[in-house]
Amino acid sequence: MHEVTRPVIPDTADAAEGLTIESRTQLRLAVERFAHHRLALGGLTVFVLLLLLSTIGPVFWHYGYTAITNQFATAPSAQHPFGTDLIGHDLFAQVLAAEATSVKTAVLVAVIATVIGTTIGAVAGYYGGVADALLMRFTDLILAVPLLAILLVLANKLSKQAGSWLWIALILGFVLWANLARQVRGAFLSLREREFVEAEHAIGASDRRIIMRHMIPNAIGPIIVSATLTVALAILIEAVLSFLGLGIEPPQVSLGYLIASGQDAAATLPWLFFFPAGFLVVTILSVNFIGDGLRDALDPGSRR
Amino acid sequence: MWAYLLRRLAAGIIVLLVLSFGVFLMVALSGDPLAQLRANPQTSPATIAAAAQQLHLNQPLIERYWGWLDGLLLHGTFGTSFTGQPVGAQIAQRLSVTLKLVIPAVVLSVLLGVVVGVISAVRQYKPVDHLSTGLAYLFFSTPVFVLGLLLKDFLAVDVNKAAGHTILYTVGESTPGINGTWNVFVNEAQHAVLPVLTLTLITYATWSRFQRAAMLDVLNADYIRLARAKGLSPRRVLFVHALRNALIPVITVVAIDFAALIGGALVTEIVFSWYGMGQYLYNGLTGAESPDVYAVQGWLVVAATAVILFNILADLLYGLLDPRVRYA
Repeated sequence: MHEVTRPVIPDTADAAEGLTIESRTQLRLAVERFAHHRLALGGLTVFVLLLLLSTIGPVFWHYGYTAITNQFATAPSAQHPFGTDLIGHDLFAQVLAAEATSVKTAVLVAVIATVIGTTIGAVAGYYGGVADALLMRFTDLILAVPLLAILLVLANKLSKQAGSWLWIALILGFVLWANLARQVRGAFLSLREREFVEAEHAIGASDRRIIMRHMIPNAIGPIIVSATLTVALAILIEAVLSFLGLGIEPPQVSLGYLIASGQDAAATLPWLFFFPAGFLVVTILSVNFIGDGLRDALDPGSRR
Repeated sequence: MWAYLLRRLAAGIIVLLVLSFGVFLMVALSGDPLAQLRANPQTSPATIAAAAQQLHLNQPLIERYWGWLDGLLLHGTFGTSFTGQPVGAQIAQRLSVTLKLVIPAVVLSVLLGVVVGVISAVRQYKPVDHLSTGLAYLFFSTPVFVLGLLLKDFLAVDVNKAAGHTILYTVGESTPGINGTWNVFVNEAQHAVLPVLTLTLITYATWSRFQRAAMLDVLNADYIRLARAKGLSPRRVLFVHALRNALIPVITVVAIDFAALIGGALVTEIVFSWYGMGQYLYNGLTGAESPDVYAVQGWLVVAATAVILFNILADLLYGLLDPRVRYA
């Protein structure tokens, strides 16, 4: 956000009548727009609650997610609110751990993808010419291979060595940046022709300074929105990979893994399917709502 | 336009070549297809050497890629998969299975997406718009396999129990041993309902949002106001003036997504055990003799060609439908 803080000019006459116009920063305007988006606020509330539950919950809950109880495949009860699975894990503890892992993975994916996408898009859009042509052809190539193919090859090779959340996050992060790179390049192509960039050139600012201090802040809206939606997409894709047996592996658990391992018994032990699936859908939904609200707040020109 | 088309096609061929080389390297280096054979102490070194010879594993990578490309370009063959069958015939069979799933799903999604999108736009911020927006969000926040499992393990079981016999099949694309054109058709339809429904619900959600946005853009345009001011009937304004223009952006999205589904209906295929293109890729990469380079390459050629061709088609259609677009 380009923070243009207008000084408050005290107008005695107006102030006396209570008509002072308060200056509002762009950030504050964005926050206000976001606050008016009811679905986005709802999404944020639910997401924060899920985060708190999944990080603080395990501290107080009397079963660890790897602990095996002597109750196998029991239906939800006061002792096990989400029931237990076939080998006696407490499902509530497992769902909390899985929620934490899924969100942690997805956030790291979004950070990696956003940094790569912004860097490539910025360099291509700012310098143009050969750098632009090479980087964009590479981006097109990434977009041309169906995403799943790249993921299957990488996840298959790497997850067997280490089915850990970190590996999965790295793989997804290195694949999901291409759309953002295109968007940032587009924004930079128009920004670099603007007067304030020309002015920076005229006073001898370095390329680095122009990109970091002036152009990225002006393109930050779409970047933040894309980062948020990448979190939702990453949760979804990680779940699919886990479902295919290529994602996060025990002893770590993710929501996709729990659904996949519960599906065989889904008809007779439905809680094994519904609790993790419910958490998964609600998490993705809340992140999508947040992203939508951020789009309206930060990028008011664009509408889906 | 022809020069543009030729240039796009040429660029597409180059992308295909680079992709096929990149994927060949990536897949060939990602594992050893003879790992199981080698792990077995009973296997003699001669057997392993023979297997390696047969799969061209003893040649340098570049030579193997060249052999594959040579076969494809000069002889039109896709090579032999590690299971010993010709990849070309396998792919043709798998593609027909996938198309039986994807084409009905895309047709239904287009109808549903356009109708829901238009109603949403015309009744903006009314209850029906909120409902369709909510549903669209729900569907694109639901992973395909969750929706598929829900339909398979709960809806199908309940429906079949209520009917007393199997109405909705959840495994495979048909029951073997059924005779008569009509009976075969009914049987295949019963198998197709749930996977097609799964794919449709996930796909239409995005498209209805595109249709809604495009329709809102058009409805606020000056020429619509003019058409209304001239006293044209609301029906004519909506369907002739507005909808025809609002379909343009949607058509391009549909073309591109359709191409992606040809190679990527993997999850739906796995949930309902349809042996289509997606499963072919999955087995080629994770099956017993994986990585099966030739199988994956065969999949890649079909899937990537579809993506590239439909991207070009989308751009051409855009120009055809909107004469203001110029091919640069």
